[in-house]
Amino acid sequence: MWFALMESSRSALSSILAHGFRSFLTTLGIVIGVASVISVVSLTEGLSASIGQQIQSLGTNNLTVRSYTPLEDRMKGISARLSNDDLDLIESRVEGIASITPILFAHRASQVKSGSNTAFSQIFGTTYAYQDVEQLYAKKGRFIARSDSLTRRRVCVIGETVRTNLSLPEDPIGEYVEVAGEWFKIIGLLDSKGKMLGFDQDDLVILPYKTMQSLMGNQRRSDIQIQLTVADQAEMENVRERIRTLLRAEHGLKAGDADDFRIQTAEQLSETFNNIINTVTVVVGGIVSISLLVGGIGIMNIMLVSVTERTREIGICKAIGAKRHHILMQFLVEALLLSLIGGLIGLGLGYGLGALIAMSIPSFPPISIPLWAVVMALGFSGLVGIVFGILPAAKAANLDPIDALRYE
Amino acid sequence: MSLIKFQNISKHYHMGDQVVRALDGVDISIEANDYVAFVGTSGSGKSTMMNILGCLDHPTTGEYHLNGNNVEVMSANELAEIRNREIGFIFQSFNLLPRADALSNVMQPLIYRGIHLKERKVLAMDALSRVNLEDRVDHLPSQLSGGQRQRVAIARALVTKPSILLADEPTGNLDSKTTIEIMKLFNELHSEGHTVIVVTHEAEIAKHCHRLVEMKDGKIFNDSMQQKVGAS
Ligand SMILES: Nc1ncnc2c1ncn2[C@@H]1O[C@H](COP(=O)(O)OP(=O)(O)OP(=O)(O)O)[C@@H](O)[C@H]1O
Ligand SMILES: [Mg+2]
Repeated sequence: MWFALMESSRSALSSILAHGFRSFLTTLGIVIGVASVISVVSLTEGLSASIGQQIQSLGTNNLTVRSYTPLEDRMKGISARLSNDDLDLIESRVEGIASITPILFAHRASQVKSGSNTAFSQIFGTTYAYQDVEQLYAKKGRFIARSDSLTRRRVCVIGETVRTNLSLPEDPIGEYVEVAGEWFKIIGLLDSKGKMLGFDQDDLVILPYKTMQSLMGNQRRSDIQIQLTVADQAEMENVRERIRTLLRAEHGLKAGDADDFRIQTAEQLSETFNNIINTVTVVVGGIVSISLLVGGIGIMNIMLVSVTERTREIGICKAIGAKRHHILMQFLVEALLLSLIGGLIGLGLGYGLGALIAMSIPSFPPISIPLWAVVMALGFSGLVGIVFGILPAAKAANLDPIDALRYE
Repeated sequence: MSLIKFQNISKHYHMGDQVVRALDGVDISIEANDYVAFVGTSGSGKSTMMNILGCLDHPTTGEYHLNGNNVEVMSANELAEIRNREIGFIFQSFNLLPRADALSNVMQPLIYRGIHLKERKVLAMDALSRVNLEDRVDHLPSQLSGGQRQRVAIARALVTKPSILLADEPTGNLDSKTTIEIMKLFNELHSEGHTVIVVTHEAEIAKHCHRLVEMKDGKIFNDSMQQKVGAS
């Protein structure tokens, strides 16, 4: 068996090389298929590995409550919201919460000015509890205090990116920035958290909660987000259920109505991302299997041509004693080698492509190719070679020696 | 027991309504170490005869016994085995593998015997030096003259040490000088014990052989032993 395989590979390789360019074109379908799957898998795997890590670092005890309006309602102009009453309700009626804070976002990324410098940044109001919930502390100065909010002081805490964008000094404490036409004194500079999923987590301006409320004016319409940490992770589900029941009652939802809010955990967030990535992988997998199919048909086509071209050679081999399996093996191995070589080229190309894409997108995590992808890519291309090679090989093996010899 | 025994062998081709009788009830026995020449006009059935002898083709009717075994009941793989071990075929058009050099061509039948590369090389080199081609082993068939190609083909037929050598107009494409060289080689092979069967048009060749079989319209017309001429 080993002997036959060796001999067939030897002759298959020489005939592949004899038609170098044609062989390359033949296997191009496989090359493209494998290259695309490997580049996508290497990118998504790198991405999901780094997302996993970052989401874990968000803290597994966190819950985020936000309003949720189905697309249908949104088009009708209805929008759900969470209010301060909801916050008070949760704070007073749910047990097991370690810390809780509301977040009030400015309607859209807003302008921050300092002297002649302007920057766009994420601006929101929150309470002193935010630092415990998010584990985000000031490295210079201090965070928002309870009194800042109560007295609606015009102060703010900024992230590192905002400081650089506005060309503020290393120690910006005491400087002033302009937000929505009002002047705010910088009282703190936040620890740098780096980027996550391409989002700069240091590009933010935090105002005292009530200051933000007054800045936004019409309080009735404002929609807040509530962040909280649970004291005991085992209580996570209970806390969640309790909040859900409370909010449904408060919002007057009937038994059949859908929630008009969402309660999210970090784990769910990572699940969501993984789902997206899996969907991408499946879609790409579908495209790739089509391209492998096309590649396989290409190989079958050329192998059939090759059998016809070499009919006389096959006749000669049979005349000097080649048995059916010798000929079958020779053509099968040739098809197998063709597609495996295509698979290998595709592997290298896909890796290079993935690396190139990852490098050209700033802050994209490094790619990683899992072993299963390599094994699958080569396995599938091998399979394609065998499946599509069997017909031409059988055709060659079944030729009658004298007919093959006489073939012109 | 004869080495080769044909009993009422016929080969018919149906061309439309017409039936071409390439062989028409042939009986012949050939003994081991015979030296036979088949002669006859073009289309008389010589090549058909050789192809059946060489287990490349099947007769329409009749029985063929080789070494006492009925060839007609053998499977395709058993026939391949016989072609590989018992028969060395030499064709008018050489039939070398075009992409393989002389050495590889000669080694090819040994692959089907499962002989490893190292030993294949030794055996093939022996066969090639037997036909005086040691210095052309790495030439492709297209880089060889007609005579050299036929010598490679002979080396390929010899390398498996078959008992029977079948040559269908081996010198049909060669000049007279090369023809003489090749016939000398056949004479040697015969005297070494091979059974040699040659199809030819040329009286020059036929006279080397011990037995002359004349064919006509798919039948044996005359079968006679002849005086040994120009002994090797
Ligand atoms: N495949 C075939 N189909 C139909 N007829 C065939 C076939 N092969 C041979 N024949 C016919 O059989 C007859 C014998 O052919 P064969 O090749 O045996 O002749 P030959 O004696 O070798 O002639 P030559 O000396 O020209 O080589 C011829 O009339 C030929 O036309
Ligand atoms: Mg002929």
